[in-house]
Amino acid sequence: MSSTVSSATRAPVRDRRTPLTWLKGGGLTNLLFMVPLLVIFGVFSWTPIVQAVVMSVQHTNLVTTPEFVGFANFVHVFNDPTFYTAVQNTGYFALLALVFGFPAPLIAAVLMSEVRRAKGLFSALAYLPVVVPPVVAVLLWKFFYDASPHGVFNTILSWVGIPPQPWIQSATTAMPSLVLEATWAAAGGTIIIYLAALTSVAPELYDAAEVDGAGIWRKIWHVTLPQLRPILLVTLILQIIGTSQVFLEPFLITGGGPANSTITILQLIYSYAFQNSLGGNYGEATALSLLLAAFLAVLSFVYFRATKAWSDN
Amino acid sequence: MKSPRKAVIATVAIGAVLAALTGCSPAAAPDGKITITVASLIPGSSKDAFAAFYARVQQFEKAHKNITLKPVEYQWTGPTFASQLAGGTLPDVFNVPFTDSQSLLQAGQLADITADVKKLPYASKFNQNLLQVASKDGKIYGIPYGPYGYGISYNRALFTKAGLDPNKPPTTWDEVRADAKIISDKLHIAGFMQFTSGNTGGWALTAETYSRGGRMETVSGGKTTVTTDNPQTIASLQYLHDLRWVDNSVGSNFLLDWSGMNQYFGAGQTAMYPSGSDVLTSLVQQNNVDPKDYGLTVLPTEGADSGILAGGNVATVNVKASAEEKAAAVQWIDFYYMQKLTNQAQSVADAKILVGAKQPVGVPQLPIFDQKTLDTSLGWIDQYINVPKANVAPFQDGVFKLTIVPEPARHTQELYAALDSVVQAVLTDKNADITALLQGVNKKVQALVDADTY
Repeated sequence: MSSTVSSATRAPVRDRRTPLTWLKGGGLTNLLFMVPLLVIFGVFSWTPIVQAVVMSVQHTNLVTTPEFVGFANFVHVFNDPTFYTAVQNTGYFALLALVFGFPAPLIAAVLMSEVRRAKGLFSALAYLPVVVPPVVAVLLWKFFYDASPHGVFNTILSWVGIPPQPWIQSATTAMPSLVLEATWAAAGGTIIIYLAALTSVAPELYDAAEVDGAGIWRKIWHVTLPQLRPILLVTLILQIIGTSQVFLEPFLITGGGPANSTITILQLIYSYAFQNSLGGNYGEATALSLLLAAFLAVLSFVYFRATKAWSDN
Repeated sequence: MKSPRKAVIATVAIGAVLAALTGCSPAAAPDGKITITVASLIPGSSKDAFAAFYARVQQFEKAHKNITLKPVEYQWTGPTFASQLAGGTLPDVFNVPFTDSQSLLQAGQLADITADVKKLPYASKFNQNLLQVASKDGKIYGIPYGPYGYGISYNRALFTKAGLDPNKPPTTWDEVRADAKIISDKLHIAGFMQFTSGNTGGWALTAETYSRGGRMETVSGGKTTVTTDNPQTIASLQYLHDLRWVDNSVGSNFLLDWSGMNQYFGAGQTAMYPSGSDVLTSLVQQNNVDPKDYGLTVLPTEGADSGILAGGNVATVNVKASAEEKAAAVQWIDFYYMQKLTNQAQSVADAKILVGAKQPVGVPQLPIFDQKTLDTSLGWIDQYINVPKANVAPFQDGVFKLTIVPEPARHTQELYAALDSVVQAVLTDKNADITALLQGVNKKVQALVDADTY
């Protein structure tokens, strides 16, 4: 009873928060501490986002006075046949990266965790591509992809009797070539994440599985993968978001060619904004950027809702 | 406040952020002297080329005590120009190709330099057709310079190596094809290649179309129609198709932009490619090409209405420049770009510096004023010309007999970009449907033309 009374008497006091109590309670200090973050975040993150939203309904070249055009930019994007090519190409890149690029680091990490000796060396080797500056790596690969019989890869293929391949010089093989480079470049980071996660798997689980007569594959399937599940779910969505925004490889290696076969959404955004040297299409560029952002936000939301139960288990 | 220490830290933090944010404001202190930024050379140009440029800057500053020049490396490319324009980082004096000056001045991006240009002694002598590219309603917004015609650059050493006579370059498209095949078969390199990306694929295809008598855009009753599916463009693409898929004489790289192609040529990977007649300067500065091994001939022309695609650059002044800066800018344009054509002493001074820095002198160009003025200026520097005249004679002798055709006027860069992918398709897909691809380009670019309000 006494507790009821005391809470009843205390409640109004708590409700009577005045600016003075807020000040006395250290509110101003808290606010002052937050201001730098708010300013930096506001100026460098939110202002461009808001500006992009505004620009998406304008016709502007960032120099003359912008003109309000409503949703015309979005309509133009949807009426552009290249938009559908770019969506298709980005989807294709994401799919290839998912099928080949997603399991590769996982397999490598599991194998490396089984290695008893020179673990550090393997980790360093795996991580090395991440350390190489992306532009340097991309230009090197572009050189390797030389389609003449004297190209680096074609020379290697000739040793085993395979004829020269066109690599990036054919609409059919250009995209898989880009995925190969992208997987090589990005796998190192993911391998390190998996390796860290693997160390947290309790050894008792493997011991128990072994007692139950499980072989290496059953141990991986029934112990390792379930234990890595939360990490796998996060890396999967990160990879989907990353591949949806792929730009560097197609931009530097193929320039979107041959014949638009590797043009991606981000590259289309870039070409809307900059292809015309007079920069007339910033509106369309931001409109398409917003569409992509909205799509990825919805996708992430649906993904986390759909996998919530799985992740919690 | 509960903790004064916390408050102090917070205040200092805010102060630091505000200081960082305001630290970027420009500091301007006028000291009577005018300083202007001027475009110098393409990034990556050789040390010698820069030395020659800086020598000219010094000569200018000596003659104009009140002007200080701040050269910045500059190369016009579609994407970088758009961002420099939007970001306000263009130099005070810069250059744009003929294709862009009209749209830029109509968008209010170029300074009106009429008054300063009129003061120049040769103001009335300009070839009016050329001056038109940067003029509107009687006002002048830029000075055209370095006009070029389309030709075929070829490697004389490779011609000799393949058993061909470098003094008798091909004069018809059939001969180009035959020579390309011989070179490719014998030397295992591309006999002939053309630009394919960065909007240059469309540019070269347009030149090839003109050479066969076609046009990419036609104007009738004030309305522009995009006509890329004309028989001559189809023939040009079919020609490339046959070189690739029948003769296999065009190498294996079909993603070459301007710089990439020049590099490819400089490395001896292709024996011939269609290019502007002025490309030798860049080939020497950037790609170590020896002018002795370089040959230039006109693009073969055939059929009615055939002609040579001509373009060039316009030296322009930033619209943000003040009246004094504009005057200084025009003086620099006059000194650096024009006096070599109009003033004997300056022409010789320029040539001397270029020769001293092992830069090419006598690179083929078209006249800005008239043929006589060009010939006179070449006469002044005759002893300094180091580009072997015989090597470029096939172009020099041929070009004046041909019709000069300007580049398509409307949405040129978008047109070229759309055509890039058609050229790439033809070179990478044996079964590419040329007509359907070109009709796609027509549809895309016509929509842009129709959406224009002028």
